[in-house]
Amino acid sequence: MPTVTRQPIDDRRWQRIVQTMQRHNNRPDALIETLHTVQDIYGYLDSTILSAVANHLKIPPARVFGVATFYNHFSLKPKGDHTLVICTGTACHVKGNDQVLAWMHEHHHLAPGETSADNRLSLVEARCVGACALAPVILCDGVLTGRKTFEETTMVIEEWLGNAS
Amino acid sequence: MHREKIDRIITEHRQFLDQFNHHVFVCSGLGCPRNDEIRRALERAVQTQHLQDAVLIRKVGCMGLCSAGPLVLIQPQELMYQGVQPEDAEEIIASLGKSPIQRLLLPADLAFFTRQHKNVLRLSGRIDPESLPDYLVAGGYQALLKTLATLQPPDILRSIQDSGLRGRGGAGYPTGLKWATVAKAQGSPKYLICNADEGDPGAFMDRSLLESTPHAILEGMIMAAYAVGASQGFIYIRAEYPLAVQRLKRVIRDAEQNNLLGHSICGSNLNFHIQIRLGAGAFVCGEETALIRSIEGKRGLPRPRPPYPAEKGLWGCPTLINNVETYANIPPLITHGPEWCANLGTDKSRGTKVFALTGRVRHTGLIEVPMGMRLREIVDDIGGGLTEGHTLKAVQTGGPSGGCIPAALLDTPVSYESLNELGSIMGSGGMIVIDETSSMVDIVTYFMAFCRDESCGKCTPCRVGTAQIHNLLIKFQNHRATMADLEMLEWLCDLLKNTSLCGLGQSAPNPVLSALRFFRREFLDCIATEQAHEEVKP
Ligand SMILES: Cc1cc2nc3c(=O)[nH]c(=O)nc-3n(C[C@H](O)[C@H](O)[C@H](O)COP(=O)(O)O)c2cc1C
Ligand code: SF4
Ligand code: FES
Ligand code: FES
Repeated sequence: MPTVTRQPIDDRRWQRIVQTMQRHNNRPDALIETLHTVQDIYGYLDSTILSAVANHLKIPPARVFGVATFYNHFSLKPKGDHTLVICTGTACHVKGNDQVLAWMHEHHHLAPGETSADNRLSLVEARCVGACALAPVILCDGVLTGRKTFEETTMVIEEWLGNAS
Repeated sequence: MHREKIDRIITEHRQFLDQFNHHVFVCSGLGCPRNDEIRRALERAVQTQHLQDAVLIRKVGCMGLCSAGPLVLIQPQELMYQGVQPEDAEEIIASLGKSPIQRLLLPADLAFFTRQHKNVLRLSGRIDPESLPDYLVAGGYQALLKTLATLQPPDILRSIQDSGLRGRGGAGYPTGLKWATVAKAQGSPKYLICNADEGDPGAFMDRSLLESTPHAILEGMIMAAYAVGASQGFIYIRAEYPLAVQRLKRVIRDAEQNNLLGHSICGSNLNFHIQIRLGAGAFVCGEETALIRSIEGKRGLPRPRPPYPAEKGLWGCPTLINNVETYANIPPLITHGPEWCANLGTDKSRGTKVFALTGRVRHTGLIEVPMGMRLREIVDDIGGGLTEGHTLKAVQTGGPSGGCIPAALLDTPVSYESLNELGSIMGSGGMIVIDETSSMVDIVTYFMAFCRDESCGKCTPCRVGTAQIHNLLIKFQNHRATMADLEMLEWLCDLLKNTSLCGLGQSAPNPVLSALRFFRREFLDCIATEQAHEEVKP
């Protein structure tokens, strides 16, 4: 983990987080909405920020961390420069995304939830992005590709990784 | 007073629309990728061909047949083009009013469209999801205006009860009964929740409804609030659905600005506000008590029921919680009267149901059919049969809480009862067609891994049981199982079903039990010893 020397209170980004909390009258039930804002801004849930959030909403830090770790959507680790999402919902599974996951492991040594050592690529597994009619679906930095064979899918990934810099 | 304002918007918008000879509808659902580019290309083509006064390009919601997308619909001729790319734009605009482009044309009589019965999907793909005037011109908010002007809450409650509508979120609980309970409940304020968590992998009905006709969901919710006496509503929606969230925010703002939400709605004494709450990727948060805790900003752990949310829900107050599609059914039901819904479907399963038809069928997408339609008609007619060279093995319904219907039982009508009898469920409406290339053992192992990962861990049978069942299934997958494992598997499934605290654990064994019932041979074939061959076929 990188050491954090940031002073969140002086940070402009912190102001956006405060706005979210104020919109919910700084009530404890603003917590999940606030965590969404933190992750939108920083890309992950920075522990210093989480402590500040706990302070601001007057809830024990343990509860903040408890909530942050309960939900799949939240990540306590920074993401890489690029993100590949592989949908592993039922329709995508039946149509071969399990092979794509195995291939990512073999060729890029990444399992879902991991980020490459050079911090370039994060692999994320999604439960179903809701485009099941296009299964199998992958998202390269948010751009959806669907209805491709296993070979075509791996080509899309390689091409994207080659072009992405 | 308010009526006049609405009527004026309708008249003006209609005049605007009538100016154009051709309307080009571009599907802008998630299932039609690159639709932004297609729309821009079409707009450019209109400019270069100087047709700004004659042709209107419009963005609309999902047209249903996502597998043929991106789709473009030309009105008034009702021509549908499939697989459209931005490069086709010039040609499409040039062909307007002349003969259609054969290369792109979808046959007008495709069973996929003609065999459906659209009720809640009626306006999907026909209006701009974010345009309030569009929804109004299509008859939107008329049910609400009628309700506020002429009906009392008990009238609505009676209509919903008489219609026989059942919740579309999974369990099929009678909607009228739930509403009446909340209306009667002591305590204030009363809350209203729209469950838009849609955690079932393989299902996207709710996403599509929210993206295609978000105003219709609001309208249903407002009418519900009036009927039960709620003043604050929440839409709990998955963070994985950013487009739906964005559209909801927009329509909530528009509704507020036009006095369809907020204080004294349409001049009545109804006050009702709606807030959006984002889910954060926990399947169990679709369960109502877990969802309520999540809105309260806590970990989404279910709690035992009773008390039911109708009596003690959000912050301990009476709370009405319904699924997206359930709310979407309300405006047409009030418009057409309860008999109309009651006359569709079967005796105990009334109305229509939206399904996400996916897997190994030719036509995949979103469909709506009257309850009671046979699975065979759905798969063969609407779905166009299996993809080339494959044969049907089973249809999986209800996601990780459901089961599979084998090919031999394809004449089963789709209703809550008939699916239950076969050990499956309607669920929220995921329908996955499975062919001979899939192994049932693999599929149930997949579902069990899902439930194991998503178990909240609060109760032991579910936390430990899902893991143990999953381990056993892996032994089957690796052909290392024994007859004792099979017995253990059945015993554990039974245990889980009967001792888990919430629906997740109670229903997690369903896929396994249903596969064991109809595809036992596949499990026996995974048993390493000779014992297997002695067991008689079921
Ligand atoms: C594990 C689990 C997940 C659920 N997920 C959903 C869901 O994603 N959407 C939904 O509407 N209902 C879901 N339900 C059902 C809800 O608890 C509740 O019954 C439903 O929202 C009630 O609405 P209805 O009466 O309109 O169907 C789930 C239930 C369980 C046990
Ligand atoms: S059955 Fe499973 S998901 Fe439900 S409360 Fe128990 S552990 Fe949690
Ligand atoms: S299963 Fe992959 S998009 Fe739904
Ligand atoms: S998203 Fe375009 S047809 Fe379904």
